[in-house]
Parts: sequence; structure tokens; C-alpha cells
Amino acid sequence: MKEQLAKIRAEALSALENARDSAALDELRVKYLGKKGELTAVLKQMGKLSAEERPAMGQLANEVRAAVEGALETATQKLEEAALSAKLKAETVDVTIPGRPIRLGRRHPMNAALEEIKEIFIGMGFTVLDGPEIELAELNFDRLNAEEGHPSRDWSDTFYFDEDSRVMLRSQTSPMQVRAMDTMELPIRIIAPGRVYRKDEVDATHSPMFHQVEGMVIDKNVTMADLKGTLNLLAEQLFGAGTVTRFRPHHFPFTEPSCEMDVQCHKCGGAGCPTCKGEGWIELLGAGMIHPHVLEMAGIDPDKWSGWAFGMGLERTAMRRFKIADLRLIFENDVRFLEQF
Amino acid sequence: MNLSRKWLNEFVQIDVPDREFAEAMTLSGSKVEGVSVEGAEISRIVVGRVLSLVRHPNSDHMWICQVDAGQGQPIQIVTGAQNVKENDLVPVALDGSTLPGGKEIHAGKLRGEDSNGMLCSFAELGLDQRDFPAAYADGIWILSDDPELAGLTVGQDIREAVGLNDHVVEFEITPNRPDCLSVIGLAREASATFDIPCNLHEPAVKGGGPGVLPELLDVETPDTDLVPRYTARMVRNVKIAPSPKWMRERLRAMGVRPINNIVDITNYVMLEYGQPMHAFDYRYVNGGRIIVRRAAEGEKLTTLDGKEHTLNANHLVIADEGRAVGLAGIMGGLNSEIVDDTTDVVFESACFDGTCIRKGALALGMRTEASAKFEKGLDPMNTLPAVNRACELVELLGAGEVVDGVIDILNHVPQPVELTVEPDKINALLGTDIDGIEMFKIFEKLDFINADNQAVNPNCFTVSVPSYRGDVRRMADLAEEAARFHGYNNIPNTLMRGQTTQGGWSPTQRVENKLGEVCRACGYSEIITYSFISPAAYDKILWKPDDAHRKSFKILNPLGEDTSIMRTTTLPSMLEVLGRNWNNRNKTAWLYELGRIYMPKAPSEPMDANDPALAGSKAKLEGMGLAGLTEAVVEAVNDLGKDDGLAIEAQVLTLGAYGDGMDFFTLKGTVEAVLKSLRAKDIHFEPCAEDPSYHPGRCAYVYSGDDIVGVFGQIHPQAARNFGVDGELYCAELSFDELLLACGPDPEYAPLPKFPAVTRDIAVVCGEAVTVGALESAIRKGAKGLLKEVALFDIYRGKNIGEGKKSVAFNLTLRADDRSLTGEEADEDVKSILETLEQDCGAVLR
Repeated sequence: MKEQLAKIRAEALSALENARDSAALDELRVKYLGKKGELTAVLKQMGKLSAEERPAMGQLANEVRAAVEGALETATQKLEEAALSAKLKAETVDVTIPGRPIRLGRRHPMNAALEEIKEIFIGMGFTVLDGPEIELAELNFDRLNAEEGHPSRDWSDTFYFDEDSRVMLRSQTSPMQVRAMDTMELPIRIIAPGRVYRKDEVDATHSPMFHQVEGMVIDKNVTMADLKGTLNLLAEQLFGAGTVTRFRPHHFPFTEPSCEMDVQCHKCGGAGCPTCKGEGWIELLGAGMIHPHVLEMAGIDPDKWSGWAFGMGLERTAMRRFKIADLRLIFENDVRFLEQF
Repeated sequence: MNLSRKWLNEFVQIDVPDREFAEAMTLSGSKVEGVSVEGAEISRIVVGRVLSLVRHPNSDHMWICQVDAGQGQPIQIVTGAQNVKENDLVPVALDGSTLPGGKEIHAGKLRGEDSNGMLCSFAELGLDQRDFPAAYADGIWILSDDPELAGLTVGQDIREAVGLNDHVVEFEITPNRPDCLSVIGLAREASATFDIPCNLHEPAVKGGGPGVLPELLDVETPDTDLVPRYTARMVRNVKIAPSPKWMRERLRAMGVRPINNIVDITNYVMLEYGQPMHAFDYRYVNGGRIIVRRAAEGEKLTTLDGKEHTLNANHLVIADEGRAVGLAGIMGGLNSEIVDDTTDVVFESACFDGTCIRKGALALGMRTEASAKFEKGLDPMNTLPAVNRACELVELLGAGEVVDGVIDILNHVPQPVELTVEPDKINALLGTDIDGIEMFKIFEKLDFINADNQAVNPNCFTVSVPSYRGDVRRMADLAEEAARFHGYNNIPNTLMRGQTTQGGWSPTQRVENKLGEVCRACGYSEIITYSFISPAAYDKILWKPDDAHRKSFKILNPLGEDTSIMRTTTLPSMLEVLGRNWNNRNKTAWLYELGRIYMPKAPSEPMDANDPALAGSKAKLEGMGLAGLTEAVVEAVNDLGKDDGLAIEAQVLTLGAYGDGMDFFTLKGTVEAVLKSLRAKDIHFEPCAEDPSYHPGRCAYVYSGDDIVGVFGQIHPQAARNFGVDGELYCAELSFDELLLACGPDPEYAPLPKFPAVTRDIAVVCGEAVTVGALESAIRKGAKGLLKEVALFDIYRGKNIGEGKKSVAFNLTLRADDRSLTGEEADEDVKSILETLEQDCGAVLR
């Protein structure tokens, strides 16, 4: 009997090892462990043994059963693993096939640049203002020290809606300075982006409609140093840390002192190249300390309050930011252009 | 404004390289646009002496010259010119030299004979007969024939030899500084910038010409407000001739063509002093009287450029007793032009009203160098030195005899301006710490300190503003002067202190941002279009001729018809962009724009917030904790009803698309996504057959409650064709204000369902005219509270359904919040739903 058990054990283990599919395993399970299986048949002979032999033989028989069961489990697992890996292999895809297209809309580059500017100023406690594009000449000019006779008021430069040159398309976002002064509590920190209009024929650098963003601060003890510090921050945020700027004296009727800010040419690093017309610098914006008379006209005492303001062209900023060569692309809205941003 | 550095150096000796000069001037406020060097393209061209010349053996017109060009030994050069003689000094282009235009000269053979360079004409050096009136035009430039070119040496660089080596700096001068439109003005700036003294010259006139000025000439200025000052002098026995080389050279460097001595003198003085001058022939000043007056209506005058103008009372003319002889401040008249036989000349040096000159020049479309200066408002104190300088030059050039005396009518005497400089205040504005002594020195450099205010109190001192600095009138102006010469870039960079302000997005801006985000997430790219359109655009979108929305803001001076009115609809702008993309053969374009329309205001009677009629609603709003809202609404309404000439500028979210499966329901899905993102309340859709721009069967209104939020659908094929598109275009126009009003409240969490749902599919047969919307409403109405979702899943038409009928199938989800539903409960609800469907829609279970 002992030999029988040993033989069953050897045969079963070898058969299980060689089984190739789950059907074969099933067959072997029935053959050895089933009710009519070989091991059961041997166990049925236990009764014939003596009481002394029985425990040892019983133990041996259990050991054989456990071994066969264990082998069966191992074999089953092995087969399952093989089947799974075969399945996964069959499911392999060509990962270089393009993904199913998801249509994703883009922001217009001009607004993308504006968005960055808005975020920079909101972070500094500024409010974003909107205002009318069809504007009174009084706010666009008179209140900004550009009195009757100022060349920018000419019909050759500015669009008008009435013969008296009273209502016009704003030629700058600066009337928003006046609107803010007239309606807001001091201190004021605002930016006002929007459309502006000038009578320029369309070409690679001109458009009768374009966008500006105006910025203004009025507070106690505001200085030109603050203006410089803030605008330097803007340049760094827009064009990267370490952007070099310079300030030049300039003239605007509604600021005094006035300045323009240049950024060092990104192409040549200041050495001079065609992009910067050999100057090494590219003009970015105009700014200055708010003219005391502008404050006075808004009923703000220039001896108590001071302020600064700046205005920058957004198209030009976007063009520089994204290296766009021709302004016309901005308003053509060809999807091949739009989808680049 | 061009500036010759040679001319500048007559007043301020500045020797730094051009780039350094440009940078320093730019940073002190005189922006340099560029620097050019005369004859920059010329290299290796020298003065040479012709030693001998013999006939070329193989040519009947060429000569073989031996030339001493200072190269150690003679050079052989073959020339085809016939005007060269032995011993002549000529320009010699050596082997490897370059000429203007980039032409290179190399040694070679001409018909077998070596030629190691080229003899040049003045034209080959980029010069003009006017630059060298004595030179022979058709041949080699014989330098030794020109008495003005004495003292040349063999081997000398030609540019130096003929004075073609000036450096010319181009400035952008801001309109507040007309004084800088002159060599002297820029010399003052350069002097202050480089801290090198400026040596200005006081003109001295000998005079003594025949006659007594008041007997010869009488000047009247009836419009005193238009003529702050009129100064004139006379020169007799004039000999018209070319002006000398030094003068021609300077004019050329500044971009002015030499004409003759008298005209050149007026131009020279204008460039040097910034004071426009005019010279006219005394012969043609009838009666010896000059009257500066407004032109008569319809008066005619032919100007120096040969153009005839018809004038009116807005133009100021220089006239004699009978007729106009010049357009004041713009251009002289042809009838009094300086000509070769002119003998007596009147020099006019006047100051005219800037606005009057500007408007006059603009109306005639002839902005001249003189008018460009006058329009900025010139310094009346400049006319006298300028006219004296002109007379001094006449004497220097021997061009005539200056009559003693000056006619000087001073209608407006500018008051001297004295200002107090308080360095503390200036530093407080600039954020600097410039000490009083430095500031004093800056104003000293600028000539603001005169004999009366030499006392240096660094905390407070007085300055006298020179008459040519009309731009300096108060403390801020003084601060700019201090900052300019202290250096803008030496002002520290600081960040603002002071009271903190709360920035951020307004609720409206948040919605704007959200709309953009949703549109882009749905696959639409943002566009930006012009706010002005052509009136014909309304025809292209098929609006009826009498459509009230055609009433638009009209630009009176548009660039063109295409951009002449402010749009009252964004649709044509979007269609134009779609059309352009279509024509560029882009397969797909899904676009959006949040853009403005401009509606004329409808004037209305102003409302009064205290009107008893509003009391009820006011009390109600206050009860809801919304005190003040009534006033705000009334103010807004009154603003809209106020006829201030401005527009109602409303925003419209416009979607436009074609391609990539775009159809009515794709677009509707986008519209629904937009509304969902705003949690819009009470949305439903109704067919719209009356919008002429849209396909009458594929267009819908979007409603929020009773308000129309917008319209969307397929563009009418005729309208699409009007924009060059023969395919289907889809657009939506949603009012931003209505979208704002439709916004739902912030979300509030609802518990997730704890119990399973029961689903039932039903298919009902109904008439074609019954809409899915109506069926859905009936289903919701018939449900008894267990229905959670209704989803359409099929519409079927076929023979077995019957003519004019359709079968519509829905998937219903029913659920109770507190228990698992039994099949019976669900069936009861469905039964009620089916009954309602039959009653309301005549729809029966299939």
C-alpha cells in the first residue's frame, strides 16, 4: 500500500506537471482525487490494515493528497497566468496610431497676452475696469490736457460721430483714467483694457482698431520710483526674469514727468539687430506721473495725492510675446494661425 | 529732425562716437531714431593727380592714364572720359574700392590694357550738380577746376576732400519741444546732456544798404491774435548766385536741397534757429505794404510749388495792397518768388498762431516744414535773432546790402515765467534723493538760472524759464527736467506702499472668463473682429431694408465704406471670418467671440427712485435684504435713457462653426453646455422661423423663463453664399446680459441616491407635428414623483407606423429616495405617464 501511494504520488505529480490546459487538469483531478479516483480507491483499502499500521498509513495518504492538491493548484495558477499573458499579448495596440481627436479651442493670442497682464495686476490689488468705446471727446481729450487744437483731435486722426467733434471712437484707453477718477473712491488702483481706434490704414504694423491696456494708481506718496518698480515687474513677468528695461523721457499731455519704457531686444541682447532697428531696445509702453492739472480737473488735490499711469498696446505686446510678424494676422482669424496658441 | 554733427560742433564740441551720442541724447529726452554717415558706402577712393595720358592702342575713345594716387608709385587706369588733362586732380577709385549702391571696383584689363582702378564723376560718388554747381556734369570730376576745392593733397580720402563725411543724427522730437526742431535747440540739449558749454553766437549786422526802411516797407497785422509777432528786414542790390560750399554741405546733410544764396539762407536760418523764414521779391510787393490778413472767401493764390489754391477766411495770407503774395506760415506765393534777377528782398521772420496754421495747412493738404514748426507754437522771442542772422549771412556771403533797421510788430509779449524749485517736493514726486545743489546745477546747465537768481539755497530757489521753454510751467515740469538730467534710470525702482486695495475680478468678469473657458473646452477658438462694419453687411445677413436694428452709429470720417458704421450685430463679423477660413480651404473652423455691439440709446423720461409707484417693489426688495437695489436699477435705467450721444455697448457671445460633424444638434449641445456651466435657470428652446439670417426650419430661440437669451441655428444658405460659402454654417448669438441674468445660484450638494432605480423603456406613436419637447413635457407632467430622468433614445418612421406619424422611444429612470421601488410601483407611474401622453399629445404606446 505504501508503494501504491508512492506510485500515485509520483504519477500524479508528473502528469500535473505536463498538463497543458484546464481540461487536462480537470481530468487529472478526477482521476486522482475524485470519488472514484485512484487515491480514494487506495484509501478505501485502509480498513484492511491493522490498527498499528493505520495511523501511519493514514498520515502518508493525507500527505500524498495534500501534495497532489498542491500540485494541482500550482498547475492551475500557471495555466491561468499563461492564458492571461497570451490574452494581453493578443490585445497589444500600435501606440503610434494617433489618439482619437479631442477638439480643444484656443485663446486668441492678443487675449492670451492680456490675460497674463490682468493676472499680474490683480495680484497687486488692481481692479479691472471696462468702459465705453464710443466716448466723449471731452473725456478722451479735454480732461487729459489735449485741448482744442491738439493734433490728435484732427479728423484725419480720430473717428467722429458728429460734426461738432463731440462724440468719437476713443483713440486711447486713457479716458478710463478720468472715468475712474470721477467715480471711484481714493486710493485707486485700476487697469482698463479695451479697444481703441485711430485713423490708420491697415498694414503690417497698423490697424484702425487695436487694443490697449491702461493702468493707473492714485494714492498718497506715490512716486515715479513706484511706477518704475511696478513696470519692471510687469516686464519680468511678461518676458521672463532678468528682462532688462530702460526708461526714457517722453511727452504725453496727461503725464508729467512722462516716460517710455523699452525692453532690451530679445534677439540681439542689446547689441543691435534688424528686429530692434539696430537700437538694441524695443519700445514697450508709455507712462508717467499723472499731470497735476488732470488731477485738478477731476477734483483731486495734487498737493495731497499723486499718481502714475501707463498705457500699452496689446497687439504689439502679443506680437513680441509670440513673435508674430504681421499685425494683420491678429484680425484675420485664420484657424491655422489661431491653433498655434 | 536731422542734425549734422559738424554743425552741432560749431556750438558744442562733442567728440564721442555716434552710438554713445545717440544713447546719451535719447536718455536725456531727445530720442534718436538713427544715425547715418555721409558717403558711408564709399571706401578706398582718393584724390589723385593725372601724370600722363595716352591713347588706348585698341580703342578710338579710351585713354590710358598714369595717376599718382599717393600709393608710392603711379597707377595705370584706363578711362573713357574725354575731359581729363595732365595734372588734373581727380577722384580715383583704387583696386577693391566701393561706391554708393555697393558697386565694387577691381583691377582688370580693358581691351588688353591693365586698368587698376577708375576715375570717377561726382554722380558716381552719389552727389548732385546742386552740391557742386561748378563741376562738369558729363565726365570725370576735375577737382582742381573748382576754386572751392583748393588745398587738396594727393592720396587724401575723397570724402574728407569734398566734405562728404558728416554724421547725421535723426531725432524724434516730441510736440512739447518745438525749440528742439533746430540746431541751436539740440545744441542746448546736448550741452546739458554732456555738460559741455554751449557757445551761442550773437548775429551782428553791418547794415548801411541804400534807403530808409520805414519808407520802403510798411507792415500791418490786423488780426493781432493770429500774429503774435512779425519781424522783417530788407536787403538791396542782391546778387543771386549759388551759396558757398560750406553752406551747401550743411543743407545737404540736413536733407535740404541747395537752390541759391537767398533761398539757402532762409533754409539755413530755419534749420539753425528753428524759425521759419520767408524771402520775397520786393518788386512784387505793390505799394511797399505788407498786410497779414485772413484770406477773402474764394481768394485764389498759386504757391511756390505751382499749385493754385482757393482760400477762405480760415487761412492767413501775406498780402500787398492788391493781392496775396504768400500763405502765412505755410508756403510763399509764386508771384513773389526769388528769381535770378531779383534785386531787392524782404526777409520775413514771423510768429503765427499755431492752430490757425495747422488748420490752414490741413485744409489745403499741404503740411510743409514751416507749417509743421508753426503748428507747435513757436517762441515769439526767436524772430529777431533769426532775421538778423539771415542778414548777417547775406553780408558774409556778399549776397547784397542790408538796409538798416528792423520792422518788428510785437502783438503778444510773453511774460517772463519765474518758478520756485523745492527739491523736497520734486524728490517726493520722483521717489529720489537728489540734493538741492545737483538740482541747481541741472537748472544752471539748462539756462534757467539768470543773474537775478544766482543765490543758491539748496532747499528752495527760483528759476527763470527761458522763453523757448513754453512746456515748463509748474512743479511737475521742473521735476521732469531734474529727472531727465539726473537720469531716469538712476531713479530707484520701488513697489508701492500705502493703503492696501482689494483687487480681483468683478462678478461680471468672472462670467466672461467662464464663458471663454467653456467655449474653448467645447472646441471653439477665440477670434477678434473689427467693431465697425459696412452698411452692406446688414444686406448680406438678409435683414429687411426697414429692420429697426439697422439704426447704427455712423462714423462721419471713416477710413472706407467697409468700416463706416458700428455694428449692431456680431453676426456679419463672424460670418466674414468663417467665409475667410472657408476660402482658405480650412476644413474645420469652430470659433467664438465675446464682442460688443453698439446700440443707439432710446432717450426716455428719467425715473425717480422715490416715485410712489416704485414704493411697493422697493419695500419688497428691502424685505429681501436688497436695500439700495432700486436706486441702482433706476440709475442704470436713467443712464440708458439719457441722450448723451453715447451708445449702449452690449456684449454678445457669438459662436460660429462648420466642419468636423458640425450640425444643428452639435451646436445646440454647445449652447446647452454654455448654459449648464452658468447653471442657467429655467431654460427651454422654441423654434424660430422669423430670423432672416437663419434657416427657417433649423433655428431656435433659447429662453430663460420668459426672456430670450439668444438665437442659434444653421445660417440661411443665401446668407452663407453672401459670404462665399456654399456649405452649411452654424452660428449662435447669445446676449451676455441675458446670460448674466440667467445665471443660477451657487451649487448646493444633494445626497447621492441610496436606493436602486428602476428603468422602463417606452415607445409611443404620435403625429409628425408633435415635438419631442412636448412629449417630454407630457411625460414629466404625468409622472407621480418617482421619475428622475427622461432620455430620448430613438425616433423611427416607417410603413408599419403609418403615414405622417413617428415612433418616439424614451428611457425612463424611476427611483424613490427612501426605499427600493417595486416593479408595481414603477408600472403605476408609467401607466400615468402613458395616459398623459395620450391625452396631451395623442401619443399611444407602440
